[in-house]
Amino acid sequence: MTTASPQRAALRAVRRPGDRIFSGTALGAGVVILLLLAAVAIFLITESLPAFTADPDEIGMLRGATFLEYVAPLVFGTLWAALLALIIAAPLAVGIALFISHFAPRRLAAVIGYVVDLLAALPSVVYGLWGATTFAPILQPFYVWLNENLGWIPLFEGPVSATGRTIATAALVLAVMILPIMTAICREVFLQAPRLHEEAALALGATRWEMIRMAVLPFARGGMVSAAMLALGRALGETMAVTMVLSASGVITFDLISSTNPTTIPANIALSFPEAYGEGVNVLIATGLILFIVTFAVNAIARYIVNRRAAFSGAN
Amino acid sequence: MTATTAAAASARVNPLTTGQLPAWSPWAILLGSWVLVGGVFALMNTGGDPADFNIAATLFLGTVLFVVLLTVFSSVAENRRRAVDRLVTSLVSSAFVIVLIPLVSLLYTVVVNGLDRFDAEFFSSSMRNIVGEGGGAVHAIWGTLLITLGAAVISVPIGLMTAIYLVEYGRGKLAKAITFLVDVMTGIPSIVAGLFAAAVFVIFFGPGTYMGIAGSVALSVLMIPVVVRSSEEMLRLVPNELREASYALGVPKWLTIMKVVMPTSIAGITTGVTLAISRVIGETAPLVLTAGITASLNTNLFSGPMTTLPVLVFSQYRSPGIDPTEALDRAWAGALTLILIVMALNLVARLVAKIFAPKLGR
Repeated sequence: MTTASPQRAALRAVRRPGDRIFSGTALGAGVVILLLLAAVAIFLITESLPAFTADPDEIGMLRGATFLEYVAPLVFGTLWAALLALIIAAPLAVGIALFISHFAPRRLAAVIGYVVDLLAALPSVVYGLWGATTFAPILQPFYVWLNENLGWIPLFEGPVSATGRTIATAALVLAVMILPIMTAICREVFLQAPRLHEEAALALGATRWEMIRMAVLPFARGGMVSAAMLALGRALGETMAVTMVLSASGVITFDLISSTNPTTIPANIALSFPEAYGEGVNVLIATGLILFIVTFAVNAIARYIVNRRAAFSGAN
Repeated sequence: MTATTAAAASARVNPLTTGQLPAWSPWAILLGSWVLVGGVFALMNTGGDPADFNIAATLFLGTVLFVVLLTVFSSVAENRRRAVDRLVTSLVSSAFVIVLIPLVSLLYTVVVNGLDRFDAEFFSSSMRNIVGEGGGAVHAIWGTLLITLGAAVISVPIGLMTAIYLVEYGRGKLAKAITFLVDVMTGIPSIVAGLFAAAVFVIFFGPGTYMGIAGSVALSVLMIPVVVRSSEEMLRLVPNELREASYALGVPKWLTIMKVVMPTSIAGITTGVTLAISRVIGETAPLVLTAGITASLNTNLFSGPMTTLPVLVFSQYRSPGIDPTEALDRAWAGALTLILIVMALNLVARLVAKIFAPKLGR
């Protein structure tokens, strides 16, 4: 009986050196990720400070404008292109996700899922090349038609671009590129809708669409919003497709089909960085910082909505 | 006599399907509206070149007509609720077809245009001293391999160990914070990752520094979160009974992870890593900022600029030199090579997942 207390003490798990080293490495790797994210923020901030403090007249890249005047058209172009892409992609993505989760036969659904994954796997530079050399010329006659028949709407005011490499083309290519992520998340959310609610709706005589409207969509609303926001984050940061498709001139205009188009922050960085020198580099990094903050905020809000929904859905 | 005909008539009417359009009617209406619109276009095109016949417009307007007709027929023959249901069904189905169009067009264009220069010279020479025709992508293929390898060497250990931490050790606020930030990190724009790596290397090596390893660092920022997410998912699939059985035999935790958990999930982890590689291998923008653009072969990650396949495609398109068609052909051939590599990686990942899938239970 006197040995009872040592035995109880021995029941505590022994911490061997191997355990300590292994768990330490695992913890270290996790901390490295936190540090990496912090480093991204810190380096971007320190490197962009000179852009705000230096005399604008001495930075060749600004061409005499102040930093704000330089950045405003870029921010406008980034938001405008991403918003257009989202408006085009969102209904399609919800439609495809519904088709996969509730309409298509199971085998066909697997094939469609693979096709959508394929869209996500294609490199953006290939989209850019295709958009600029194949897609834009196809769209150009259509833009001419729009301008002739609907020219009184400011969106189609013209003068029509001769190459078709307009913000509308860029937004269409962007829409194709953000479709997969939005479809994937919407599909997950739709599949998580409570099965019993769906069957109850069908048993009461609802048609398939009524069942979806009553049982699936209310359940999936939060997930759909965050899917749209994640897709928006993608569209804001997409570089190559916009760089290659858009013939940019850095103006602020809502005209979709003209030859003078606003450009986006990432496209501007990709084009100007190799030739930038001195404080010009800092100006570009400062625009990158703005992009980083915006996408970080958009993604964080979207993830917050997804996580909150997952915690209370009871589906998992 | 009259009684038998009445009986025959009532036998032909199925009470379960009365008031419904027959099952073949949507397909018939679809075909009919295509033919109708095609006929109208053919009439408008009479006497013209048959090649001018507008197939795309025919299919598009025909489909629109189909959606309208089906809704009208259904609301007349059935009821309004069914008509709405049919309307949504046809809209949702055509959404899928609409998305197929750019995919097919893209793959078709890349294959057709890429085959022009998909020859031995493309895979045996670099762009050194090439201004007009000829030239190839050897330097870009080497650059792609080395930079991606560098990125994988950096990100796989960090990503895998983080996943192990999150699944096996992580409790409390730190693990939650890491999970959340990894999720957010998957949304970092690639150009920002490139700017970060460029800023780091400019601070330590002076302005105008271009080297392959900077590209690897930029790619790892994009790759680590993908590796963490996929490995974490795979590790969570390992049943707890396996871990408990191992502990019951007195095996230490780290050996349990190494000898029981990892072998069980290794197929899934390999798949995840391969997919992560196939995602970063097509990145262009961060490499333009960090690894630079060069026409010569460079196999040293730690000095001098390096070109990868996507960057080659971009630079051939952007600055075509004296012979634009030749440059564009090279760009298409590069794009075709890139797509083939990405497809091969995806295929390998799927095969690994299928063949080495863990045999859980029986």
